[in-house]
Amino acid sequence: MTAMLEARGVSKHFGSLVAVRNVSLSVAKGELRAIIGPNGAGKTTFFNLITGFFAPTSGEIVFDGRTVSGLSAEQRVKIGMARTFQITEVFPELSVDENVRIAAEVTAGHALSPWLSALQERGIDHTVSDLIARVGLAGKADRPVGELAHGDQRAVEIAMALALRPRLLLLDEPTAGMGEQETHQIAGLIRRLHREESYTIILVEHDMRVVFHLADRITVLDQGALLADGTPEEIAANRAVQEAYLGKAA
Amino acid sequence: MSLATAAAAAEALPSAQRRLLATAGVWIILIAAPFWMPLVGGYTDLGTRVIVLGLAAMSLNFLLGYTGMMSFGHAAYFGLGVYGAGLILKDVTASTPLALVAGTLLGGIAGVVFGRLIARTRGVAFAMITIAFQQILYYVAYKWNGVTGGFDGLRGFVRQPIHLGPLVLNIRSNDLVFYYFVLAIFALAVGAMGLILRSPFGRTLLAVRENQRRARFLGIDVNRHVWLSFSVSAFFIAIAGALYALLNNFADPSSMYYVLSGQFVIMAVMGGMRTFWGPLLGAAVFVVLQNYFSSITLNWLFFVGLLFVLVVMFFPRGLLGIFQRRRAA
Repeated sequence: MTAMLEARGVSKHFGSLVAVRNVSLSVAKGELRAIIGPNGAGKTTFFNLITGFFAPTSGEIVFDGRTVSGLSAEQRVKIGMARTFQITEVFPELSVDENVRIAAEVTAGHALSPWLSALQERGIDHTVSDLIARVGLAGKADRPVGELAHGDQRAVEIAMALALRPRLLLLDEPTAGMGEQETHQIAGLIRRLHREESYTIILVEHDMRVVFHLADRITVLDQGALLADGTPEEIAANRAVQEAYLGKAA
Repeated sequence: MSLATAAAAAEALPSAQRRLLATAGVWIILIAAPFWMPLVGGYTDLGTRVIVLGLAAMSLNFLLGYTGMMSFGHAAYFGLGVYGAGLILKDVTASTPLALVAGTLLGGIAGVVFGRLIARTRGVAFAMITIAFQQILYYVAYKWNGVTGGFDGLRGFVRQPIHLGPLVLNIRSNDLVFYYFVLAIFALAVGAMGLILRSPFGRTLLAVRENQRRARFLGIDVNRHVWLSFSVSAFFIAIAGALYALLNNFADPSSMYYVLSGQFVIMAVMGGMRTFWGPLLGAAVFVVLQNYFSSITLNWLFFVGLLFVLVVMFFPRGLLGIFQRRRAA
C-alpha cells in the first residue's frame, strides 16, 4: 500500500524545550492510525506539525508524495488534509446547516462568490443534507450549533471536515470531555467513516477503549520521542509501552 | 399588541416568512413616512436624515455585526463621501449623479487602501488603527483650507435637479422628491448589501465572525475576507456620505470626526447589530432623540447616552434583537 502521510525525522523545539524529537511514521491509504502517549508526550504538538499549525524545527512531512512542511494550514486543507480540534471549533450562533454549508461552499470554490446558479445551489444543498445525514444530525439541521449537546457539536465538526472532501482526516481527541454515551456515538461515527467510507484517519486520543477498538495501527509517543509503532495487539504486548504508559495506569 | 406578544408571535413563524414580513413592514413604513411623520411631529427632511444615517449605520454593521470587526473610524469613509460629492458640485460640475459617484469612489477606494493595512490586525489594534487613519484624514480636511475650506467647511454648492430624459427630478427645492430620491438610492444599496450577506461570500464573513480559527481550517483566507468586508462596508458608507452632502448642501470636518464614528457604532448596537434592519432603527431613535432633546438642551447627548446604556443593559441584542429568535449564548 502507498503511504498517504509520512513524517520523516520530525522535531520541534520551543526554545530549549524539545517537544517532539526525531519522530518518523508512515500511514497507509485507508488506514486508521491512532497516536497515543502519556500527558506531555508531544502528541498534540506532533499533530499540530502534521496539520500545519506550526512548522517543524527539522524533518519533513510528506502527504501523498508531496512535501507539505512549508505549506500553511489553509494550503494543507486545500490539498486534502482536514482536521478537527480538541476543543470543539464550530460557528456557535449559526445553524447546523449553515456550518456545513460554509464548509461545502468554500470547498466548491465559492468563498468569494456573490451568488450561485440554481444548479450550483442544488448541488450544495444536496452535499449539505447528505453530510448532515451521514453524521446522524438529520433532524437537527436548523438548530443553532451552540445549543446542541457536546457529542452532536463534535458530529457537526466532523461533517464540516468531511465537506472539505479530505483524503486524510485528522481528529484531535474527538471524544475529549465526553460522557459514556457521547463517546460511544462519536466512536461509532469514526468507525463507520473508516470501515464503510474508507477514509484515511489519524486520531490523537486518550481514551484507550476507543483507541484499541478503532485503530488499525497505533503509534506511541513518550517524552517527545517515538516509543513504539504496531497493531493494537503488538502495542498491548509491548513491554516498553506498558512501563511508560499502561503500567502507570494499572 | 405589547412588545412581548409581538415578539412571541414573530417567533412562532418560520424564519423565511418572518423575514419577508419584516422586510415588507420596513418598506411600507419608509415609503409612507412623509405622510405619517407630520402626524407625530416629524417633517420630511428629518426622515431623509434618518435614511442617510441609517444607511451609514447599516454599512458599518456589515463589518461590525456580520464580520465581527469593530471599527471606530468609519466616519473617515463617510466623510470622504461627503467631501467627494461636495467638491464635484462646487468645483467641477453641477451634476448630482456625478457627485454621488465621486463621493462613493473616494470613500470606497480609501477603504480598500487603508483596509488592506487594517485587516492585518485584530481586536483592540484593529479598532485603534481605524481611529488613527480617520484622524489623519480628519486633520487633512481640517487644515487644507484651499481645497476643503478647513474648519469652516465647504460651502457654496447646492444639489442639482436630476434630468432623466424629459423627466426632471427637482430634488433641489422639493423635499418630498429628494426624500424619495434618497430612499431609492438607499433601496439599491441595502438591496445589494442583503444579497451579498446571503451569498456564499456573505456566509464566509459570518464564519470569520463566529470563529476565525475554524474559518482558517476550512480554507478561508481570513485576512483577505476581513479586508473585502472592510472595503465593501467603506463603499456603502461612502454612498451615505455623498447623500449627506446633498442633504446639507455643506461639508465640514465634523463629518470625519471620531465622535460621528462612535455615533454610528451606537446606532448599530442600540438597534441590534445581529439584525439586518436594527442599525436603521438605531439611527431613527438616535436622530429623533437628537432632534427633540437638542431643541430643549445643549446636553442632548446625555439623554441619548442614557437610553443607550439602558438598551445595552436590558436588551443586549439591541432593540430589534428583542424580536429575534433566542439563540444559544
